[in-house]
Amino acid sequence: MMKPIDITLTLNGSPLSFTEDPTKRLSEVLRNRLNFKGTKVGCDAGDCGACSVLIDDQLACSCLVPIAQANESRIETVEGLNDNGTLSQLQQSFLHHGAAQCGVCTPGMLMSAKALLEVNPSPTTSEVEDALGGVLCRCTGYQKIIDAVVNTHSFKKIEQQPEAGRAIGASIQHLDGAPKVTGELAYGADEFPSDTLFIRIIRSPHHHAAFTIGDSQNFISSSDGLALFLSAADIPGRNCHGVIPPFADQPVFAVNTARFRGEAVAAVVGTAEALGALEENAIPIQWQELPYSVIPEEAVLDNSTLVHDTRAGNVLVEGFVERGDTNTALENASYSVTVQTSTPFIEHAYIEPEAGYCVRVGERIEIHGCTQAAQMDKESLADIMNLPLEAIRVMPSACGGGFGSKLDISFQPYIALAAWLLKRPVAINYTRGDSMQSTTKRHPSNITLTIGCDKEGMLSGFDFKGTFNTGAYASWGPTVANRVPVHASGPYHIPDYRARSVAVHTNTPPSGAFRGFGVPQSAVAQETAFDQLADTVGIDRLEFRLRNALRNQQPTVTGQVFNSGVGIAECLQALQATWKSANKKARAYNQSNRGQLVKGVGIGTCWYGCGNTSLPNPSTIRIGITPKGEVVLHQGAMDIGQGSNTVITQITADALGVPVNTITIIGGDTDLTPDCGKTSASRQTYVTGMAAKRSAEALRTALLRLGNVSTDAHVALSTGPTIELQDGQQTATIDLRQMDVNEFGYVLMSEETYDPPTSPLDSQGQGSPYAVYGYGAQLMELTVDTKLGTIKLDRVTAAHDVGRAINPMLVEGQIEGGIAQGIGMALMEEYIPGKTENLHDYLIPTIGDMPVFNNIIVEVEDAEGPYGAKGLGEHVLIPTAPAILNAIRDATGAIVSELPATPHKVLAAINRIRHE
Amino acid sequence: MKFAQPKTTKEALALLANDSWSLVSGGTDFYPKLGSSQPTDNVLDISRLSALRTIHSDDTHWHIGALVTWTDVINSNLPDAFNALKLAAQEVGSVQIQNRATVVGNICNASPAADGMPALLCLDTIVRVSSSNGLRDIALQEFVTGNRQTTLDAGEMVVDLLIPKTSTKGQSNFLKLGARKYLVISIAMVATRLVIDNNSVVDAALSVGSCSVVARRLPALEQTLIGQPVTTELSALITQSHLNGLTAIDDVRATADYRYQAAAELLRRSVDSLVIQASGH
Repeated sequence: MMKPIDITLTLNGSPLSFTEDPTKRLSEVLRNRLNFKGTKVGCDAGDCGACSVLIDDQLACSCLVPIAQANESRIETVEGLNDNGTLSQLQQSFLHHGAAQCGVCTPGMLMSAKALLEVNPSPTTSEVEDALGGVLCRCTGYQKIIDAVVNTHSFKKIEQQPEAGRAIGASIQHLDGAPKVTGELAYGADEFPSDTLFIRIIRSPHHHAAFTIGDSQNFISSSDGLALFLSAADIPGRNCHGVIPPFADQPVFAVNTARFRGEAVAAVVGTAEALGALEENAIPIQWQELPYSVIPEEAVLDNSTLVHDTRAGNVLVEGFVERGDTNTALENASYSVTVQTSTPFIEHAYIEPEAGYCVRVGERIEIHGCTQAAQMDKESLADIMNLPLEAIRVMPSACGGGFGSKLDISFQPYIALAAWLLKRPVAINYTRGDSMQSTTKRHPSNITLTIGCDKEGMLSGFDFKGTFNTGAYASWGPTVANRVPVHASGPYHIPDYRARSVAVHTNTPPSGAFRGFGVPQSAVAQETAFDQLADTVGIDRLEFRLRNALRNQQPTVTGQVFNSGVGIAECLQALQATWKSANKKARAYNQSNRGQLVKGVGIGTCWYGCGNTSLPNPSTIRIGITPKGEVVLHQGAMDIGQGSNTVITQITADALGVPVNTITIIGGDTDLTPDCGKTSASRQTYVTGMAAKRSAEALRTALLRLGNVSTDAHVALSTGPTIELQDGQQTATIDLRQMDVNEFGYVLMSEETYDPPTSPLDSQGQGSPYAVYGYGAQLMELTVDTKLGTIKLDRVTAAHDVGRAINPMLVEGQIEGGIAQGIGMALMEEYIPGKTENLHDYLIPTIGDMPVFNNIIVEVEDAEGPYGAKGLGEHVLIPTAPAILNAIRDATGAIVSELPATPHKVLAAINRIRHE
Repeated sequence: MKFAQPKTTKEALALLANDSWSLVSGGTDFYPKLGSSQPTDNVLDISRLSALRTIHSDDTHWHIGALVTWTDVINSNLPDAFNALKLAAQEVGSVQIQNRATVVGNICNASPAADGMPALLCLDTIVRVSSSNGLRDIALQEFVTGNRQTTLDAGEMVVDLLIPKTSTKGQSNFLKLGARKYLVISIAMVATRLVIDNNSVVDAALSVGSCSVVARRLPALEQTLIGQPVTTELSALITQSHLNGLTAIDDVRATADYRYQAAAELLRRSVDSLVIQASGH
């Protein structure tokens, strides 16, 4: 540490003086020294812009500024945006437009926007893009952020919340939005106790290596500020975790052998200063590199080293669905095509790296931090710590994006173990490198698909084989292997169908859940094959899809029949007008401009089953009324930015018959709130929404019975201890003071559970794996530069069948955000262990990489979901990459089959066409 | 470990003479390199050498001081020959980075993808290095010797970039190719400066970045273009053989082969746009 120097600065108008290490980053001083936690740290390298602040009116990444350079300057942070406690116009505009989803990039976006608006109060879209280009957002797709900034001084405020019974269908703001725009919302790294120690995880630098740990006791005792060394031997319970218990195989700390680069082998606990000064080579660990495979093609070879001794051929699991007679159908087909596609590892790249802290309270531990699955964390930790389930309390912080990766435990066992042993709070804050090296990724895929059709374009045979790189540990590999064969058909009626998938271990990070669980990968093959086949037959590509689209009463590829709610045809029909005009426009452009720029139009579709595949996944919702007449909703569906706090409340409000703003939410603290399952599989709006509807209806029934009024009665909550029930001319008053208070502190309470009705799949993959599917179709218009292979996305028209849009603004936010991730998958994202472990080598789309969004919400009511609603979160990503590939082929004839379609691959594909 | 924040170049040079230091100015390369660890060297913060934050000209040269940021370049009134540098400045990272990163820091960091290099090479930039022993001037092309390597010795710092006024004639532009719009490391980039007189090319400077360990001028191409009439056919003279001598590599961003194709195409477009500009359209 450097000798501290005197610092004097003005922070949001207040003068401050202190002494500090002159080389400390301004971001660190703001957060940890001055306790201004609104400024977020996403990368510590200037790559994400979350930490942006103003220094003497100039925008800067505070992670790149030594505090010595902030001396004698004026610093402005998100906490300074409020005007005397009321939200500024810019903050209100962000809320109004739904510009903050998870909210972790929001402070950086707001400060960038402020810098712009100070000099340019009415900017254009492209001026906003230039000004905000240095801040990455992974949730929103940027459109609503642009809208918020462009319209800061012109948007029309909506003063009133919808009245009772009108919440569903209303585009109300995120109910938890205000603390996101003020910087007050606490994420995983924002609430560390002042006396906390920290833990640093020691990770394997090799893909596969044996290791031995030297004299760790001597190492700790001879180093100032270090308290504890931890490795596998210190784990009191089972040194193993996994999201699917029968496949659980991942050690908290590797034992003797590390199976992937980034795997935890040990950890050191100490003060932040001591850990910061710790040099990697001082840690007593010896490594011996071992042979490894990083791709399945090598891992399945007979002479390959087994990643797990018990898994022959490195095969984790296989999935299979078969219906009809595929071989005969393909033989009889008039036309057929075969495609081969591949996709790489894709990193979730949420802007908030994993973080949290743990406190031991007597014989219990309390874990605070970001997660998508509080109850699953609790079960894993009880196992690892050898403690009863009741001894674990998971208290989720706000979650700065998850997209599937924060379903698996990551940092939790390390802080739990350290805090338990030391009886002191222990905190952890993953670096971007920690997060990228060690947490789960989207499965890389290699797919071969042959499809046939008759002369009218009706599908005749579909033969799919997919190999998925599941990494070193199981994680969600079995789910991907099961989901893919069920979904690989896309939303189409295919009587003769066979799909096989295999998940293969390699020495790479575990592949897990990422928005779509393998389906985005399979859709790349299916949708690009459809285009090639349609062209071979000579049928319009949208028409080809419409002819084969699954309809009510037709069996899916697992033999499930829906009598209502199958909405793919409606989605395709919603695109027809745009399809026609966009194609016409592109053809006209290409005829009149015979230069290097060529326009193309492509389509992609999706279906996606909501909830677990053939497995129980109940949600339970508790709603109570306090003696004071407050309605309290125990809402355990983790809101990771997608909006379940808002949507579940809207459903509750209408089912109970009260306005949204009368409901108080209690979050996912496992001591306070029943299990709503994990935030994954697009299940929260549907499954937790159903539980909320049932619970609210039960509470309403109880209330009406108390007042002896009819089911039409209006429930009027007052601030006093009474509830009035207005039933026509009759008014019943319930005096809450006369009622008993239960163990939860409520005079009236309901608790209801909903679990989707599904059935197991048989050996041929036949059954009803999901009670509800959602559907969608997207149309991408783009321009290809045929001499550089670059792509400019012009416009996307996205039609998604959500059954019933509980909150249309949030639906749009999901659509735009999912498309942004689909764009990244299509054009730029590729995680390579050891090479792209940061956010400047691993590229995600910026604000300048988006097309114009044209969203069409389709509502084909579902018989099962709450008020007809279906899930949406994952669907939205699936069609995008295939739509882009199809548009590239439409423009140029070039087939790019290996993602991402970076310029050099696109140009190579174009050159192949030229040479043919 | 020591930290110092000198106010004058003299003070800074005296410190440099007596100890080994890591220099920090904008911090945009210093901190990413540091990662999550703390500095293990002495740190010399030169950001308060305010005399070096200046762009000016004298009889013979334009000067870009060591503390001039990319935003300063964007906001300065400069001859058209600097347009390439201004365009490069707008493509450095993001506004946040442009506001603090310095042009000189970009040179000293010596990345093969340094955004400033092609434009500065086209301006025949001379690097002025100072130490307690005095000044030495060295051509930019010789100053950067490899990936993260320069001729800067212990005890030295760059104080100024000198651009001969004879090299600030004509028009210039810059094209950067990356896989996304903002915050992107280039796959290939080119800068071009053409001096056109009487509808013919009288001088030409062209350079390519990200296609060799150090960005390079293309003397053979320059000779090909000089003396040619300025017509829409001018760029057709550019072939991939003009890129001989570059040593592009395959990496995650692109293949070497692609880089050559893209660089040649970017050069053609760059020349085309200067030709269009010259013909007044």
